[in-house]
Amino acid sequence: MSNVAVIFRREVSGYFVTPVAYVVFAVFLVLSGYFFTMSLFATQTADMSITFGNMSVTLLFVAPVLTMKMLAEEGRQGTMELLLTSPASLTSIVVGKYLAAVFTFLVLLLVTALYPISLFWVSKPDLGPILSGYLGILLLGAACLAVGMFASSLTESQVVAGMLGFGLLLLFWVLGWASGNVTGVAGEVLGALSLLNRLDGFTRGIINGADVLYYLSFAFAFVFLTVRVVDARRWS
Amino acid sequence: MVGDDTHNLTIEVHNLTKVYVGGRPPAPGLRQKAVPDGEEPHTGRPAAAARGIYDLTFSVQKGEILGFLGPNGAGKTTTMRILTGYMPPTSGTARVAGFDIFEQPAEAKRRIGYLPEIPPLYPEMTVKAQLSFVADLKGVPRASRKAAIARVVEATNLGPVYNRLVKNLSRGYKQRVGLAQALLGDPEVLILDEPTVGLDPKQIIEIRQLIRSLGGKHTVILSSHILPEVSMVCERVAIINHGRLVGMDTPEGLARKLSHSQQLLVAIKGPQAQVEAQIASLPGMASWRPAEGEGAAQGATGAAGAGSRPAQTGPVLRYHLEAQPDVDLREPLFFQMARAGYPILEMRQVSLSLEDVFLQLTTEENTEPGDGQEGPKEGAQHV
Repeated sequence: MSNVAVIFRREVSGYFVTPVAYVVFAVFLVLSGYFFTMSLFATQTADMSITFGNMSVTLLFVAPVLTMKMLAEEGRQGTMELLLTSPASLTSIVVGKYLAAVFTFLVLLLVTALYPISLFWVSKPDLGPILSGYLGILLLGAACLAVGMFASSLTESQVVAGMLGFGLLLLFWVLGWASGNVTGVAGEVLGALSLLNRLDGFTRGIINGADVLYYLSFAFAFVFLTVRVVDARRWS
Repeated sequence: MVGDDTHNLTIEVHNLTKVYVGGRPPAPGLRQKAVPDGEEPHTGRPAAAARGIYDLTFSVQKGEILGFLGPNGAGKTTTMRILTGYMPPTSGTARVAGFDIFEQPAEAKRRIGYLPEIPPLYPEMTVKAQLSFVADLKGVPRASRKAAIARVVEATNLGPVYNRLVKNLSRGYKQRVGLAQALLGDPEVLILDEPTVGLDPKQIIEIRQLIRSLGGKHTVILSSHILPEVSMVCERVAIINHGRLVGMDTPEGLARKLSHSQQLLVAIKGPQAQVEAQIASLPGMASWRPAEGEGAAQGATGAAGAGSRPAQTGPVLRYHLEAQPDVDLREPLFFQMARAGYPILEMRQVSLSLEDVFLQLTTEENTEPGDGQEGPKEGAQHV
């Protein structure tokens, strides 16, 4: 078994043998279920785009909560010493952990498939935007989880990691708002960096290669930074 | 055997130096010492005193058990963390099982079993899950995994808690799970940081026996600040203080090397005044004093004790003699007493116990050798 798979398995089981995954699932499902129902009542259309928008906001705190333990706790309880003195490379450790978080989030999204299924039960919604919307949420989630993991690598305290992750995500979130007020290149750069602006296309059924690449490279950048941070701490 | 077969050295360390950034405790996440969350480690020294290790050079033979001895904060854990690839050194090289730990870390780490100061366990996992995770991590093939786990569970006597959660285990059991996972994968080299801490006396004896039984097949480095443990378990001892290697030898050799002047315990039969006059006139004598009950109480002098039983004139007198530096008193003493007609019933060299060596090495390394004040105390070791 490759080292990434070994770490991945332990991490996933870590989510599901502790209450973490269940609490996060419960909160996310209650909130997104409420949003879904309310938007359905308000718009009277079999459409998921509003629900996706609301889900994306929920991600702001779901991602840090899912990842804040990831490296902070390994440092605190000393298990980082086990991982770093094992034959597994640092990159495979971090990647294995990251994939576990993404997988757990994917499971969560699969549970929310109940919403579109119920739509098909009562109506004939357009399947395309629903699938592309899910893809967008998954990509956004992957990006947010990478930020959360990065925050977790900076500290041994889960609370600090959670707060840092939330703050960083919120910052990337609101960058887009500034683009309206800041003129010129600066505004465009800020708008391009915003996590939120990219989601719109997906929820409208448009899969834009640039957007996919944006989320993937965003995630890659923060996974890479996490590896660098953990490695740098060994040298201190 | 993989790696260098040309020589018999499993671990080679050259000029290893580690200076922590700013000499401060390392960043959180890489605590130098085990301290509870939120507490600053107390080293008993000013914070400015740089921790780390300086210019360590040593080697360990295949199958040897080496003990690192030193006070807290001496650099034992740092050295072990470098040897296991947990942290890089500032300079110097370390080869483990034929592989440079920095050039080929994966190959070297595959051959190392490491038990850190705090056993690295996941509280929410069962012992079973923990061990199979570590087996996977170490690349134990799936086919032999079950047998490998069963073997270490038996060696560390973990059977009764095999299905329990790690967080519910006692300190002793956690320590044993840590040892079990270090043993997984049958590594050539075992590096054990304070392996008996937190165990009860019976467990300590078991673990020591286990470690001793590992020698020969495995190369073992263990650290301890418990001297009897090191002298009991280890074939060689490296004493580390303030990050420097201050002595390395067999426990006996170290003790011998440190007694700057010869210490003798003698039992002589004869009238007290004359015998003492003879002793005092002996050239090369630094100091002497009556040694009531010393040695005799050790019970190890059975032959001499039996020899003293036949009734002859005069009582048996016991003395503790200390020679001047680099003087061997035994021959002159023998001839002098033989000439005077007072038989020596017993004579043995007293070596320092490791405890004294340790104290001497780590507190007063720089004192003038052989300034025969306060003689070292006799230990239980017979030379």
